[in-house]
Amino acid sequence: MRNYDKLIFEISKPGRIGYKLPELDIEEKPIESLIPEELLNKEELNLPEVSEVDVIRHYTNLSNKNYGVDTGFYPLGSCTMKYNPKINEDMARLDGFANIHPYQPLSCVQGSLELMYELQNYLCEISGMDQITLQPAAGAHGELTGVMLIKAYHESRNDTKRNKIIVPDSAHGTNPATAAMAGYDIIEVKSTKEGLVDLDQLREAVGEDTAGLMLTNPNTLGLFDKGIKEIAKIVHDAGGLLYYDGANANAILGYARPGDMGFDVVHFNLHKTFSTPHGGGGPGSGPVGVKKDLVPFLPVPIVKKDNDKFYLDYDYPQSIGKMKDFYGHFGILVRAYTYILSMGSDGLKKASQMAVLNANYLKEHLKEDYYLPIDTVYKHEFVLGGLKDSLSEVITLDVAKRLLDYGYHPPTVYFPLIINEALMIEPTETESKETLDEFIEAMKKIAKEAKENPELLKTAPHNTVVRRPNEVKAARDIIVKYEG
Amino acid sequence: MYPYIPHTDKDVEEMLKKLGLNDIEELFSDIPEDVKLNRELNLPKSKSELEVRNRLTELANKNCSLSKVTSFLGAGAYEHYIPSVVNHIISRSEFYTAYTPYQPEISQGTLQYIFEFQTLISELTGMDVANASLYDGGTAVVEAALMSCAYSKRDNIIISKTVKPDARTILKTYAHAQNLNVIEVGIDEGVTDLDELSNLVNENTAAVIVQSPNFFGIIEDLEKISEITHKVKKTTLIASVDPISLGILKKPGDLGVDVAVGEGQSLGIPLSFGGPYLGFMAAKKEYIRKMPGRIVGQTEDMDGKRSFVLTLTAREQHIRREKATSNICSNQGLNSLAATVYMVTLGKKGIREVALKSAQMAHYAYDELTKSGKAKPLFNKPFFIEFALKTDKPTEEINQKLLENGIIGGYDLSKEYPQYENSSLYAVTEVRKKEEIDKLKGVLEAIL
Repeated sequence: MRNYDKLIFEISKPGRIGYKLPELDIEEKPIESLIPEELLNKEELNLPEVSEVDVIRHYTNLSNKNYGVDTGFYPLGSCTMKYNPKINEDMARLDGFANIHPYQPLSCVQGSLELMYELQNYLCEISGMDQITLQPAAGAHGELTGVMLIKAYHESRNDTKRNKIIVPDSAHGTNPATAAMAGYDIIEVKSTKEGLVDLDQLREAVGEDTAGLMLTNPNTLGLFDKGIKEIAKIVHDAGGLLYYDGANANAILGYARPGDMGFDVVHFNLHKTFSTPHGGGGPGSGPVGVKKDLVPFLPVPIVKKDNDKFYLDYDYPQSIGKMKDFYGHFGILVRAYTYILSMGSDGLKKASQMAVLNANYLKEHLKEDYYLPIDTVYKHEFVLGGLKDSLSEVITLDVAKRLLDYGYHPPTVYFPLIINEALMIEPTETESKETLDEFIEAMKKIAKEAKENPELLKTAPHNTVVRRPNEVKAARDIIVKYEG
Repeated sequence: MYPYIPHTDKDVEEMLKKLGLNDIEELFSDIPEDVKLNRELNLPKSKSELEVRNRLTELANKNCSLSKVTSFLGAGAYEHYIPSVVNHIISRSEFYTAYTPYQPEISQGTLQYIFEFQTLISELTGMDVANASLYDGGTAVVEAALMSCAYSKRDNIIISKTVKPDARTILKTYAHAQNLNVIEVGIDEGVTDLDELSNLVNENTAAVIVQSPNFFGIIEDLEKISEITHKVKKTTLIASVDPISLGILKKPGDLGVDVAVGEGQSLGIPLSFGGPYLGFMAAKKEYIRKMPGRIVGQTEDMDGKRSFVLTLTAREQHIRREKATSNICSNQGLNSLAATVYMVTLGKKGIREVALKSAQMAHYAYDELTKSGKAKPLFNKPFFIEFALKTDKPTEEINQKLLENGIIGGYDLSKEYPQYENSSLYAVTEVRKKEEIDKLKGVLEAIL
């Protein structure tokens, strides 16, 4: 049914229903006697009329047009597309977790609070920070929370001239977007030719107006920045704080902690490092950890323990406020907690070891046919700069599209911006040597095809349900809903 | 060995050999000694699936699930029936183990359901365009406010105190960081004080934000509020709405609202102790290039075949970096799928039926609970499925006694509105039965 191409609206038929509700067990009154007529919508809604069978077939057919981690290898750099354990899903759906209202009395939600409390402590230990808020809804939301905490810290000291956040040129686009959203100007520092933060540039960039620096370590190239202690010193000496973007934490679990590197604020992506599903774009979760100087500013509430009872602590007079409704993406927290219990201290470390081994193994093979701008030991991911000695007009986009024909989700392409024709590859620890070997073979075949039959790549993909949809047309002739 | 890590010792050995290394530790030699942890993480050791399941089950059992007690809580999160099809569809791993649909060729499933979601939300709200969703109802209010500031190039945001407290707190948190001003409008008999609003709106006003049904369950006069808001050009009226209410209430788009946002949890998403939920945003078309978040558009592929892609990405952070409309780079993917499946399964008749039945049950409860006069209505205004009652006793004391009888009472209003002491907010949906409401009445009257 790969050719199924209907929208749900196109299979609607007047009179069909896909549900049945119980009859009212009270006397029904005319709705106009309950709610004034002028507030009521007299017209029927223009929504589909479909049977339950229609619904299931329709969305099952749509699912067949998708590719997930369960379908195959997904080496999407910076996204940590590791396997999503099935028990996580089952645990989040337990009646005692799925069917509780956020405003139930505390005595009725002790299990949820205990889970959150333990997760806070686990994440503190993993990050080397003093306190965690589980509230942020996603990585970008964690970043925003963290930068607002930095702002609150400076404001509490009446240090109001600090209006700049420093971001390396290799940073993910969310870093500058987040800093701007928190009201900061951005200063970009260039990377050295080894792909690390240029310390001299950084020394020149910092000053009385520095609020902080946002950094990933390992960085977006997949390289551990050895100068991190010196970076921290430069920023701290200037009066700024250090923000750790946890996008790449999967490389260093049990090996190094942002707290020990000198970072003041950190966010984790539970949907990357801690195996919760990406869900086709969300919901994720982006807990934020801070050192003790920043604890007073955390968004409320924080889960605390008093003797044997867990409670929600709102007593943070200097708090920045709230970042979202209620307490965070609890269902995602259940999954991450389940994962940490399953893996334990030993399994998390093993995960980082195998993630790093997989990345270096791929790199070592692929550099034979693809340009590796920086040839060194990588952490969990690495970045190639397109095809080596390519004589044809084949570009990275063509390689990515051709990979679709071989049954793979392509790597992240054209990011980071500092590498031309970038192909950013992150295999994660959940892939076997056999999977990697097959992927290497596909990449090598593509390199060969690029020389022998470039047209094959320029017109790829050939086997997918649609082929290179026209994005320019989509942005020009805007159609964002079905109009019949 | 670990079930999610497939490497055998032999694999590791062979792979290290390819790298010219002897020991896995050599791969971490680039981490300077003075930042290395050099001890084991102080966490429990790995566990079997059975042990993990037992621990999680133990924790879950410490909560009072709503399948075992009768709840009258609402206040922004509602217990509606979720048809089985919803969980079955979102449990398909082709959906939940996929990433953001950056590669449209292998993401048409995700892209098409988002396109359907946008269509359904546009239709329910009566708006031109909807995005692919936002984190939750509260942040959707805030993103709309920020959008209105960018749209009008103004700094003042007016918000009614009848908007749910979390949303107002989040708004203040974000606004502070961007040096925007938040001005709150007072309450007049349970609704936005329109005289005060009228006095506050001026040429510095970027947006007026209201909620309808508001936090007290009361339906606001959106038409009148629109009139007040739009006496100044380019001022945006933002209304936060309960999508289920739109089964019977007039659409915001027909009442002069410019941006409709809201919490989509009611559309097939479990309560799950407050999240993950689903924010939605729909707007008039002139806002589309300022909208935050993902938007899916229809186009054609190389062979002229209808296909879907992420569109208008020039608004977004990965292109615009610090000039982006928002830093958001995800949507609530799987929850927007749940809502899509819910909306099409209930469909034309069902959304209306859920709204009607909920309203009938809620009004029955209101009549019954206020009949004896022991509990009095806090306000006397048209409501949808939620209403506030005032008694002579503190809510905490009442709720404790209700709990002893297997009932979770209403939301304690005095927590966020100290002026409404001894008052609570009761929500009643289609899942409640007559006997449950009658039992609540009996227990409540015995307490009072």
